Amino acid sequence: MTALVSLDKVSMAYGRGATATRAIEEVTLDIAHGEFIAVVGPSGCGKSSLMKLISGLHPPLSGTLTLEGKPITSPIKAVGMAFQNSNLLPWRNIVDNVLLPLEIVQPHRSRMRSERAQYRDKAVKLLESVGLKGFTDRFPWELSGGMQQRSSICRALIHEPEILMLDEPFGALDAFTREELWCTLRDIQAARKVTVMLVTHDLREAVFLADTVYVMSNRPGRVIRRCSVNLPRPRDLEVTYTPEFQDIVHELRAAIGGRH
Amino acid sequence: MNRREFFIKVVSPALFTVALFLIWEAICRVLKLPLTILPPPSAVFGALWQFRAPIIDNSYVTLWTTLAGFLIATVFGMLLGIAIGWHRAIYAGIYPVLIGFNSIPKVAVVPVLILWFGLGEVPAIITAFLISFFPIVVNVATGLATTEPELEDVLRALGASKLDIMRKVGIPRSLPYFFGSLKVAITLAFVGAVVSETVGANKGLGKLMLDAQAGFQVPIVFAGLLVLAALGIILYAITAAIEYRFTRWAFRGQHR
Repeated sequence: MTALVSLDKVSMAYGRGATATRAIEEVTLDIAHGEFIAVVGPSGCGKSSLMKLISGLHPPLSGTLTLEGKPITSPIKAVGMAFQNSNLLPWRNIVDNVLLPLEIVQPHRSRMRSERAQYRDKAVKLLESVGLKGFTDRFPWELSGGMQQRSSICRALIHEPEILMLDEPFGALDAFTREELWCTLRDIQAARKVTVMLVTHDLREAVFLADTVYVMSNRPGRVIRRCSVNLPRPRDLEVTYTPEFQDIVHELRAAIGGRH
Repeated sequence: MNRREFFIKVVSPALFTVALFLIWEAICRVLKLPLTILPPPSAVFGALWQFRAPIIDNSYVTLWTTLAGFLIATVFGMLLGIAIGWHRAIYAGIYPVLIGFNSIPKVAVVPVLILWFGLGEVPAIITAFLISFFPIVVNVATGLATTEPELEDVLRALGASKLDIMRKVGIPRSLPYFFGSLKVAITLAFVGAVVSETVGANKGLGKLMLDAQAGFQVPIVFAGLLVLAALGIILYAITAAIEYRFTRWAFRGQHR
């Protein structure tokens, strides 16, 4: 498999000169087409900065950063993002929220007016595929946190991005809803073969979903461990109770360190 | 509307208003206050009826100058608010001037306006505008400034321009702030128009009250005040209704 995104000794800092804060230090990693990677680490280790870097929202300080071999210099449109906060617009209903990226990104933007009905159908189908049938015309505040998060992921997927970037998307949900959404995300990724980068605190989540887990150190963030998860797919929630699974989680926990 | 809600929204304010007038009437009668100091509501309503023709005539002038000033303030305030919310340099440049300008009592400006435009409706319109645009500017700018940075990232990553983000997120988001400020602005505009009329004008409720005061016709002065209060409530209610109509999503939970 060829690398979709490739980072070679990439560093990044916020601000300039002496007052600059180093967020990321010489990170080297490759993300293959269709790979599911998870980035874990202590708070403030630059996980979210890594996302900003790869999506082209923030330039690197040094090192090379490429998408399909071409350097990333400006925001890349092939990315869909979702965050811990669903950030749905309260004045739009769910389906119109999901359609928002299509009103921005080309070529959909210019077709939106004439082909709105088709796009709407597509959005409704996508929402139904994540279990939101019958909720498409509701407003975000009428939905539960889990449903809002499903909608937010649909919004990130509607323009068929090559990379789906998720920054602690399930962080604010209760444990049961979170596990339900793991399965939703697992199925989306399996069906669409989309490349996913998941930033999370939750090691079980990372191991359950990802092909490769990267552990980052405290700020400035470096990759201190790369761990391939070779559990067979499709994975069932039952897998999280197997010794193999537990061993990987243990190993990652040890790598993160900290006081116990 | 069920009975409980009818009681809270209609009966309760009506009772309160009537009680206020009754207490006022009682105080005047018990203390035997002369008409030239504090006329009782009965005398005020009497004057209101007796002089209804000039009161209606002058109310009309005050009302339209208020609305004209308010409309100018709405358009100007929205545009300036967007400009300020657009870029930090514009914000930093304009804000101190704006605050300084807002600190000037508008009464002090009216003589200058009369000097420039003569006695008439123009100074009243301009005063109404000057006094009422500031809250609109501040609110629109605040609405734009509080756009979630993460949402901005989502859109920027898709190649959205600053204008796109404004159109899709910033402006809709600032609408509740905008309509909220209109409620404040309309009452301010009203105050501005009347203040200008009391300083110098040839028509309007302010002028009417000034003339009545000069002739010691205090019941007419109070009738004027009563009309001002009533018009203020009506204008406020209209803008509040418009606010609710356009930004119902922001009232979730309260009115569902």
